[in-house]
Amino acid sequence: MANRPVETEKPRASIDIRDDYAEKYGFRDPEAYFHKGKKGIDHEVIEMISRMKKEPDWMRRFRHEALDIFLAKPMPTWGDTELLGSIDFDDIYYYIRPMAEQGKSWDDVPEDIKRTFDRLGIPEAERKFLAGVSAQYESEVVYHSVQESLTKQGVIFMDMDSGLREHPEIVQKYFATVIPPADNKFAALNSAVWSGGSFIYVPPDTKVEIPLQAYFRINAENMGQFERTLIIADRGSRVHYIEGCTAPVYSTNSLHSAVVELIALEDAYIRYTTIQNWANNIFNLVTKRAVAHKNAVVEWVDGNIGSKLTMKFPCVYLVGEGARGEILSVAFAGKGQHQDAGAKVIHAASNTSSTVTSKSISKGGGRASYRGLAKVHRGAKNCKVSVQCDALILDPESRSDTYPTIEVDEERVQMEHEARVSKIGDEQIFYLMSRGLNEQAARTLIVNGFIEAFTKELPMEYAVELNRLIEMEMEGSVG
Amino acid sequence: MSDRANHLLVVENLHVAVQGKEVIRGVSLALDAGQKIALMGPNGSGKSTLVSTLMGHPSYERTAGKIYLNGEDVTDLAVDEKARRGMFLAFQYPVAIPGVSVANFLRAAVNARRGTEVPVREFRKEMTDAFHMLDVDPSFMGRSLNDGFSGGEKKKIEVLQMALLKPVVALLDETDSGLDIDALRIVAEGINSVSGPGTGVLLVTHYQRLLNYVKPDFVHVLMEGRIVESGGSELVTKLEELGYDWIEKRISQPQEG
Repeated sequence: MANRPVETEKPRASIDIRDDYAEKYGFRDPEAYFHKGKKGIDHEVIEMISRMKKEPDWMRRFRHEALDIFLAKPMPTWGDTELLGSIDFDDIYYYIRPMAEQGKSWDDVPEDIKRTFDRLGIPEAERKFLAGVSAQYESEVVYHSVQESLTKQGVIFMDMDSGLREHPEIVQKYFATVIPPADNKFAALNSAVWSGGSFIYVPPDTKVEIPLQAYFRINAENMGQFERTLIIADRGSRVHYIEGCTAPVYSTNSLHSAVVELIALEDAYIRYTTIQNWANNIFNLVTKRAVAHKNAVVEWVDGNIGSKLTMKFPCVYLVGEGARGEILSVAFAGKGQHQDAGAKVIHAASNTSSTVTSKSISKGGGRASYRGLAKVHRGAKNCKVSVQCDALILDPESRSDTYPTIEVDEERVQMEHEARVSKIGDEQIFYLMSRGLNEQAARTLIVNGFIEAFTKELPMEYAVELNRLIEMEMEGSVG
Repeated sequence: MSDRANHLLVVENLHVAVQGKEVIRGVSLALDAGQKIALMGPNGSGKSTLVSTLMGHPSYERTAGKIYLNGEDVTDLAVDEKARRGMFLAFQYPVAIPGVSVANFLRAAVNARRGTEVPVREFRKEMTDAFHMLDVDPSFMGRSLNDGFSGGEKKKIEVLQMALLKPVVALLDETDSGLDIDALRIVAEGINSVSGPGTGVLLVTHYQRLLNYVKPDFVHVLMEGRIVESGGSELVTKLEELGYDWIEKRISQPQEG
């Protein structure tokens, strides 16, 4: 990584992240909505959503059933129950459709929406990745361009609603097979009210060379965003999907609850990269799960910055012999934030391997938790599991905890688990400052070094953006 | 000293305490441009404490005394400010920063020292030259700073930093320890080529072997926190032959008349 320019060395004017965030990312457009529905959730809302979307009957019924499950399921009794308990489900809009219909090209995108994307830097990403930029604004995808070569390859990359309309046979075959509505309360909620998200299908032996990207954004107060993503990599295919998030600042709580399902068929490869940077009032409760068939590889690269409470445990089910799963995650918990993140690997076939690398940083009273599950089923022989969690605690007010669960029902297994908690050493600070770096730059460099194993896996512009975000988060950290 | 402005570095009556115990007990010295001064003394005499305090290590409490750089009082300046003004400490035990590549670190340090963004291409050329001069494999540019480096590699990287940062005052804390003879020669050559007419070097060592390559203009011997003997480079030879015992005996005897 020697060639990557250092993004941390430039000391910026000291602006508090909270103010700066509002200025930089917290801009808001007037809420010019075509349909804003009503607050709260019941079967009437579900019926309305489904009718608006002109969905097939099976999806309509699926939604209603999911709502029943959601209403019947109690809130989780584990995790940050206090914060979870503060969610008021009756005070949330479950479906909003923006005025703008889907734009075919950049020129068709309305000006105010374009301004939002401009400030998020989307046009640059667009220039660099002319392939599938799929940007979700509110609940519908307004801008969506798919590079021609993708279409020629037979790769399907569209928003989930379009996917359901245009490829019902694929959607019906795989939808909710990895994460059924009954999986957990929030998966049930998403199943009932989902809107938008990405749908990707890669045909057999097809290699998608450029990463497919999507930006997500919440823009209405009290609006829940429930995107649903389904990626199917058919036999021997390869795809890398990238999703980045920023959100405006709100005065009241907002809920983001996504469901992401990945299916890697025999010999397929899927990498799913996320950097989420939600505003500090967002509940980010996401269910992400992948199934890896024979000799398939699934990699989750998951970065969580921001939000009030994140609960996210990307999971890989290794169901085919020789399958491999890798989960690499970073969580940054600042003031008033709880990052409850982790990973789950389930070995259900022989000769499967998994690697979990989790890095967390807590600062300003923030709390970072690692919650992980490593399970090896009986009969799954010669499995390898390696879990490493590193926590960096930046001040005495902050907190880090680890909740690893290991269930091994098979004797022949190679299991490694390592957890480390560290602080920034005075000697490190002195060393860097003796080279002219101010204290904040020194701390930022150390933190960026701490997550380098993660950053180096990101495409350049994301790595740069992440380093900048960390730099912003580190501002005002010198007491 | 009335002629502070005539020296690069002036230390006046410095007293330093570590955890309440006085370790440096009144040291005064001056360092001039183009000059190399060796600071020698047995283990525990306070050499490292002295140079670390000059740089501003937070664990060392300065209880009295002043430090002047180019005639300006820098006694209470922050570490990074001193560094940007041209003070440099080559660490006896360089600190590892995992995940931060040597190249990224060097660029951050060079930019900080020069107060400007050095263009990438220009920087890379300078860096490559410095690696070449100190015979460090270029693969180290991409490695985590001092992370898993051997003692010799660390010391070379310290001198390499000195070459890039072009300090006004270089404090070298036992840069010779842990080096084999080839590495010692390379490091010594590096020190010589970096310390031009505008630079003053204060070399801390307790062996004379580095001083065979880097000729000091002046030698101070530190013992129990005080400079107890000073002289020219002939003092190095004397110490080599007689050790520190003769000085120790002298200072332990009651002073007469």
